[in-house]
Amino acid sequence: MSGAEFLLWMRGPGISFAALFFIAGVVLRLIEILMLGRTKNLAELRGSGSTAGMRTIATRFLPADANTFRRSLPTIVLGYLFHIGLFVVIFLLTPHIKLFQSVFHIGWPGLPTPVVDFFTVVALVSMLGLLWRRVSNRLLRFLSTGEDYLSWAVTFMPLLTGYLSYHHLLLPYSWMLGIHILSVALLLVIFPFTKLMHSFTLFIARYYNGAIAGEKGVQQ
Amino acid sequence: MTAIKAESRRPADETLGEALRSHGISRRGFLKFCATTASLMALPPAMIPVVASALEKARRPSVIWLSFQECTGCTESLTRSHATTIESLIFDHISLDYHHTLQAASGTAAEAAREAAMRDNHGQYLLIVDGSIPLGNPGYSTIAGVSNLDMLRETAEGAAGIIAIGTCAAYGGLPHAAPNPTGAVSVSEIITDKPIVNVPGCPPIPVVITGVLTHFLTFGTLPELDSIGRPMAFYGQNIHDRCYRRSFYDRGLFAETFDDEGARKGWCLYKLGCKGPVTYNACATTKWNNGTSFPIESGHPCLGCSEPDFWDMGGFYRTLSMPTGHFSTALGYGVAIGAAAGLASALLGRSERDKARSAHEKVSVDDLDKGGSS
Repeated sequence: MSGAEFLLWMRGPGISFAALFFIAGVVLRLIEILMLGRTKNLAELRGSGSTAGMRTIATRFLPADANTFRRSLPTIVLGYLFHIGLFVVIFLLTPHIKLFQSVFHIGWPGLPTPVVDFFTVVALVSMLGLLWRRVSNRLLRFLSTGEDYLSWAVTFMPLLTGYLSYHHLLLPYSWMLGIHILSVALLLVIFPFTKLMHSFTLFIARYYNGAIAGEKGVQQ
Repeated sequence: MTAIKAESRRPADETLGEALRSHGISRRGFLKFCATTASLMALPPAMIPVVASALEKARRPSVIWLSFQECTGCTESLTRSHATTIESLIFDHISLDYHHTLQAASGTAAEAAREAAMRDNHGQYLLIVDGSIPLGNPGYSTIAGVSNLDMLRETAEGAAGIIAIGTCAAYGGLPHAAPNPTGAVSVSEIITDKPIVNVPGCPPIPVVITGVLTHFLTFGTLPELDSIGRPMAFYGQNIHDRCYRRSFYDRGLFAETFDDEGARKGWCLYKLGCKGPVTYNACATTKWNNGTSFPIESGHPCLGCSEPDFWDMGGFYRTLSMPTGHFSTALGYGVAIGAAAGLASALLGRSERDKARSAHEKVSVDDLDKGGSS
């Protein structure tokens, strides 16, 4: 199999199958969660649940208090850097925008590639920092499971292979681009059934917690 | 072709140097060609005199050119793309003993010329092939009643080396495109015991073939090849890396259509389907038509013609990063399957919860008291 054949297969059946698996998994998980339902609240409402829910979605972007912030400083700073880098790379690189455009028929302007390249390096270095913290901190190491390392690896690989293919390193571009798409396919397949699902459930969870607290009249 | 017509007036043992001088090529012009060729092939400057001296003394090698499932575009590219130059003279001064498009002889006489060349130069002649070989049915393509497969096997047997000219001979090319009705294959899929150099392109750049011939004449060997059999000197560079529009790609400035502002300003053609990033060829540096331009310079995306399966790369005008095939349909099926499975799972969960609720027996304080006293 040549690089061109491999790339063509990944761009065709390979990524289509992964996307089918991904979307089916995400929809399955979301329907399961949303259809769990809630026991009817018989108590008198002391505030608006939806307002508090929406507010909590926003307020949880900030650390709860100075002490928590100080204690988890590396996780918070590296976590933010990584997520911002990942967002820029996924949504503001022109080839990626063209991919979204082919599916959703809407496009938006991309950033110059050296800028995206910078954010890729930021994301990669932050991820390495987070992994180092996970293995070097006794408590975090104790709490970590295989799933945590798997989620890290399948997120790290698309960033790394994307960086290598953009810079034409290690392998000819068609091979590296094919491997990049393969790594994304792996991420998509694993995504719905691991903690990576937090990309979707994060906002549901924040809203739910905020809404319950709001209905009980908890002051924010 | 002059080589064949000139056979009668040029002694067979005339060296290339003598032949060039008789065509009025000066020593300075010849050395300039040697220097250019050496630099094109990434040879150190010290090799220029070696190239010059080897070419001076080179005897005309016998070359047999077989044309199978092809369009003659490769031959046109090599013989007509520019005015007479030293490259074309060198091409003229190989002893092209058989080329059914160019030779004057036809029919039995033509085949006799091929057989004579094979017999007289056994083990020493160069075999050049353009066009793919059909395996589906031998009758799809024949020459003088001989199938392409048989002719290739027979002629390759006594060849010193094989040069597969054009993407059809190198990788199957256009005839090999899906659904490949003739069962077309490349030379290297049939011949496995001879050195083969692939010179792909649709058509290939003329200077590449003269470069490979020069290498063969100078060193008596075939040049260093990449993983898919192409000379590294010409196919080691990526079109995207060498493209003069690369800075627009990096700045995020793209032509969105063929007639918008971006197209007029010469911005990057990536969004219009340019295959430059996955294509290895010398177009961006060597250029075409005596160095005039190359496709991207003329405002058209690279088709990736020197790569295997370029015809099936998901469409010439489809952006490289876009999925091919039925990606959106797959997403639609994904939503449907996910929704059905999610509903089934949620309903199953609810029925289990209801079952548990109905099976639940309430315990009163009296029951507890009874339990405590017993």
